[in-house]
Formats: sequence, C-alpha cells, structure tokens
Amino acid sequence: MERVRRKYVLTGNYAAAYAALHSRVEVVAAYPITPQTTIVEKIDELISKGEYNTTMIRVESEHSAMAAAIGASAAGARAFTATASHGLFYMYENIWWAANSRLPVVASFVTRALAPPWNIWSDHQDVYALRDSGWILFLARNAQEVYDLIIQAFKIAEDDEVRLPVGVAHDAFIVSHTSEPVEMPMQDEIDSFLPPPEHIKPLLDPENPVSVGNLPTAEQHYMLRKNIWDCIIYSLSVIRRVGREYTELTGRNYGELIPAYKTEDAEYILVTSGAMGGDAEDAVDVLRDMGIRAGHLSIRLFRPFPHDELIDKVADSKAILVFNRGVSMGLGGVITADIRDSISKEALSIPVYDFIVGLGGVEVSKDDFIKAVHDLKTGKLDMKKTYYLMGGEYV
Amino acid sequence: MFRPAIVKRLGEEELFNPGHPACHGCGFSITLRHILKAAGKNTIFVVPAGCTSIVAGTMNKATFRVPFYHTPFAASAAVGSGIIEALERRGRDDVNVIVWAGDGATYDIGFAALSGAAERGHNILYICNDNEAYMNTGIQRSGGTPRGAWTTTTWEGKREAKKDLIRIMMSHNIPYIATATPAYPLDLYNKVKKALSIRGFKYLHVLNPCPPGWRIDTSLTIEVAKRAVLSGAWILLEYEDGRLRLNPPSNTMLEKRRVPLEDYLKIQGRFKHLFKPENKWLLEKLKNDIDEMWNWIKEMLAK
Repeated sequence: MERVRRKYVLTGNYAAAYAALHSRVEVVAAYPITPQTTIVEKIDELISKGEYNTTMIRVESEHSAMAAAIGASAAGARAFTATASHGLFYMYENIWWAANSRLPVVASFVTRALAPPWNIWSDHQDVYALRDSGWILFLARNAQEVYDLIIQAFKIAEDDEVRLPVGVAHDAFIVSHTSEPVEMPMQDEIDSFLPPPEHIKPLLDPENPVSVGNLPTAEQHYMLRKNIWDCIIYSLSVIRRVGREYTELTGRNYGELIPAYKTEDAEYILVTSGAMGGDAEDAVDVLRDMGIRAGHLSIRLFRPFPHDELIDKVADSKAILVFNRGVSMGLGGVITADIRDSISKEALSIPVYDFIVGLGGVEVSKDDFIKAVHDLKTGKLDMKKTYYLMGGEYV
Repeated sequence: MFRPAIVKRLGEEELFNPGHPACHGCGFSITLRHILKAAGKNTIFVVPAGCTSIVAGTMNKATFRVPFYHTPFAASAAVGSGIIEALERRGRDDVNVIVWAGDGATYDIGFAALSGAAERGHNILYICNDNEAYMNTGIQRSGGTPRGAWTTTTWEGKREAKKDLIRIMMSHNIPYIATATPAYPLDLYNKVKKALSIRGFKYLHVLNPCPPGWRIDTSLTIEVAKRAVLSGAWILLEYEDGRLRLNPPSNTMLEKRRVPLEDYLKIQGRFKHLFKPENKWLLEKLKNDIDEMWNWIKEMLAK
C-alpha cells in the first residue's frame, strides 16, 4: 500500500519535539539546559502557533520539571519532559519517584558530560546513572530513531502490564543539533498506533481515593521493587510487540532491540551505543575490505537489557569489543559489564574486551575501532584491562 | 461568593480518619481535620516528607479519605502544578489541589518550588504546616524556627530570627495569603473555604504547636496556640488583593493590648533557657523581632 509520509530535515532535538507533540502529549514540564533547549523551544513555538494544544509548565528547575511531570501523570495526563547532564542529576530523586510510583512519564535525555569542568559535549555517563532505577532506557543513534522511539515510548510506558517511565537518550550535538532527514507517519497513523491519552488510569481520582506511597513494611517495599523487576522483564515482550507494530506502520525495523550490522558470520563484534554506531559500521566495512570478518551491534535498548537477543547475535563470534561512552570508576565500561554478565549467564567462553571512548565529547572515529580490532588480532590486548582509546591512541 | 461559616454548619463528615499515628496532642492533626471539613472530598492532597508522611498511615491503610500523594521533600509545589494542569485539561474544575508541607519543606528545601508555583500562578492552595522545626527527623532547626528556641541543632537557642515567609509570599503578588492556628478553628475553616473559592495560587500559613518539639504537655496544644496569638507572637491576618487585614483577636492588639510574651514562652520547654539571666539579651532580641513585625503591620495598615 502506498502511504503518504511527512519527511523533513530535522535535528535530533526537533525530532524529539515533533515526536512528543505527534504523540498528543498533554503536559510538558521543562527547564532549560544545553543541549536540550531546542526541544522545548520547538514545542513552545508550535504551541504558540496554535498547531498543538499541549500544556507547557515552565518550571523553575529540573527537580520541579520531573516533579510536575509526575504530578500530571499521577492525575492521568500524558506527560513529557526533556533534560541533560546536570539537569538530569538535579531531578535524580524524582527519576526514582516516577519509577516507584509506576508512572508512565516519557522523557528525552540529551547525553552530556558532567562537570567540573563545564562541558556541554556528549558523554553517556549521565544516562548510565539511571540504569538501576526502573526506567526503561533507549539510546538512539540518529534523529530518526529519536523520533521513532519516543512515539513507541508512550505506548510501552502506558501498557497496563508495564506502567513504567521510559527515557529515550541521544547524543549531544552529534544527534541533538545535527540535521538529518526524518520520516514521520501521518497523524492519523500515529493515532491508530497510540491510544488517546484518556485511556491512562489516573492514580489520583476523587471518585476512587487512594493514598499513594504510604509507609510500607520492609516486605511490602521489597515486593514493590520485585514487582518493578517482573514488569520491566515482561516489558521486553511489550517493547518487541510495539516495535513490530511500529515496523508495520513505518517499514523501519524496530523488531530488533539490538540492531545488528553484518554480524551473521562475524568473528569480531563491535558493540556500541548511541551515535558512534555509524562510525562503527564504517569500520566494519573497512575491516571486511581487509578480509577481517567484523560486525557491529548497537545497544538501542539499555534497560531492560536484551540478554537473549544479544546472545543470539554473538554466540558464534570469536571476540566481542565493547566501546563505552561512560565508565564505572574502578570497574570498567558500563556496557562491557552488561555484556560480560550475559556471556557469563550462558557460560560462554567468548572473550570480551573493554574500551572507554568519547568521554567529554572526544570524537570517536572509525580508526579507533579498526585499531582495536588490529590490536586484538595481533595479541596486544589483555582482557583484564580497560583501554582508554582517544584519537587512535591508548592513553 | 464566600460566606463565613458558624460552628454548627461545619459539617459532620470526617475525611481525616481516627486512629492515625500522630503524637498525642499533635497540633496539626487538629488543623488537618478542619481543613478537610472545609475542602470536602473533591480534594487531592500533595504532601512532601515530614510528619504527615507518617500520619498518612501505613501501607494498605489510609488516614486521609481523599486522594493523597507523597512527594520528595522539595517537590510538592511542582507536583501540585502538574496535577492541576492535568485536571484542567480534563475539565475537572471541581477538584481542589492542596499542598500541605511542613516548615522545613516550605521555608528551606522546597522554597524554590513554592516560589516557582506561586510565580506561575498555579491554581492550588499551598498550606505551610509550621511547627517551627524539623520535628519528624527529631527537632532540628529550620528557617521557620524562632530566635531563641532550643532544638537538637541549636542547644543554646537559635541565634537567627524566624524567616518572614508571609512577607516573602506577599511579594509574589498572589491573590490570597492568610495565617491561622488550630486554636481558632472557625477562622481556619473560613480561610480554607475562602482560599478555595479564589482562582490562582493561595498561601495559608498555620502555626501548629508540637508537644515533643516545643516541650509542652500534650494537654496544652490549644492553650499554647492561643497564647501565641494573644501575645502577638503569631498574627492572624489575611492579605487579599494587595490589602492587609487583621482577624480577631489579632485585630485588637494594635494598641499594645498583647499579653506578655513570657506567658507564651514560659509554658514551653524549648524557651526555658531564655529566662536565665545570661540569656536576657536573647529574650530581648526575640521580643524585638516580634515588635518589628508589629511595626511593619502598623505601617501596612496605615497605607
């Protein structure tokens, strides 16, 4: 069937703004921080032009941005916010509050380094700090993924069996401020994909008065967290189902949670997340031209961690090289630890090598990936070490 | 149109359940009962960390018969903003949103959120439950603790004055500000009713004695609250459309008809060190704080 599409050249941030508005978000609460600002500016601009009927709460801090989103969501509205870096850390306690309250808030996180020194460039350290909260977390590779994942995020978050907040992260500037073609479904298609916000059951309803968050016994608190575990594990099936539905709508592949590039016969698998995936795929092509069977996986879904899909895609490989844009100090790359966890659960003996790249906005290029694979092939790498790789050199 | 109530018309419906875990003689639990009578069941309560986090009950039980949402310490005013916007989108203009926050949550950690919600003019009633210290965590001083008061972090009496939050809220140009205490329940009830009849951000500040924190006998809660007003240490007032008005009995105290401040202080253990000769200066400074407040009131009324 021939479908009419809307195709615009958009930055990642504008893609996030359009996605939220096309999702018929009702309440947006936000506070400015570079590089998130243009998301909110665009939403405000389109509201003021009368194109969208969304309520904007222009709060006095990020703490209040997430608090207002929590309030709106608890009263049954479809709520959205966006932030980055210090803004994300300033709202941090409310991040957990949203998860433990089981509120389907959706947020856009523009990844940015943490100070001091002040630095506005990309670094995934901020989003990695949400890892254990109970949020479902995506890392988008480009503006198109930002748009597509935010639309899907509302449907996943509001699923009655999930009811958890969802964050969609994208890299500062590399994605947030870089214009790319973005294809968007027509509004009626989105409306048929995403139920109207009125379907959300309010927690706070005078016709059905309940107290939310009263003092638990230790066992009740334990079970609350266990219940979030059960739901976030179950959410994998919802994320896949929603992804398939979205694939049907758009023709873009969201059936995979870890998009793969030339991994079927790959001996060496590069694992990345976010924007550097494109450079990793260029490296794969160069390596294959040299006769080295390389492949690439992009960890698009960070939590819940898609263990089964990862294992399916790496099971026949000889080595895995993980490139992290954030580090757990004293342990190693954050995603490396996740990959090693999966490998260990299956008692596989595939070696996993740990690389830290791109901290503080350092450019990650295909040469970094090529060097890592060459060094591995020539026996120069030690699996016990964490390699800090910057500009093609270990530092 | 707002009409003041009389006792027999307060209503028999209780939305604040008995059997809650407040301390014996808790001042604010009496206040809450009257607030809920005034607000009625179409009300959503938003409450940050504090004594009320406990008083609200243990899980699967509830003290409040209205929807009740616990929030992080600094978040309640902003959560209230989100709730009212969501309600307005659904056309629910019949539901009151009441933020009920302690003095610590109001004067200190949640002040930015309070100021922000007031500046945005969100249609909520923010009530400060002022018991003049962080009582729930064990009587630590707050910005709302009066000068001279003992707390577990001011063993020789707080050296600094109580922050003048009423004047700070007045400078936000919100449509309604009032003060109250549980010793004058009709005054309290009417102020809640009036506040909820006004659109926009309303601020109600209630002084609630705390027997463990103020070191008073549990039978003296109302007596102490009354003496706070009669001595002029607490002033019952309303600030509406830029006009200040004193309410009875504070309106009779302009011409030095206050009872001695000592009558209020002496029945509270937290002020007992003020009566040692070496602390006379501190008592005088506290008296001076209260005189200054009255001087300002007189100036405002003369305008």
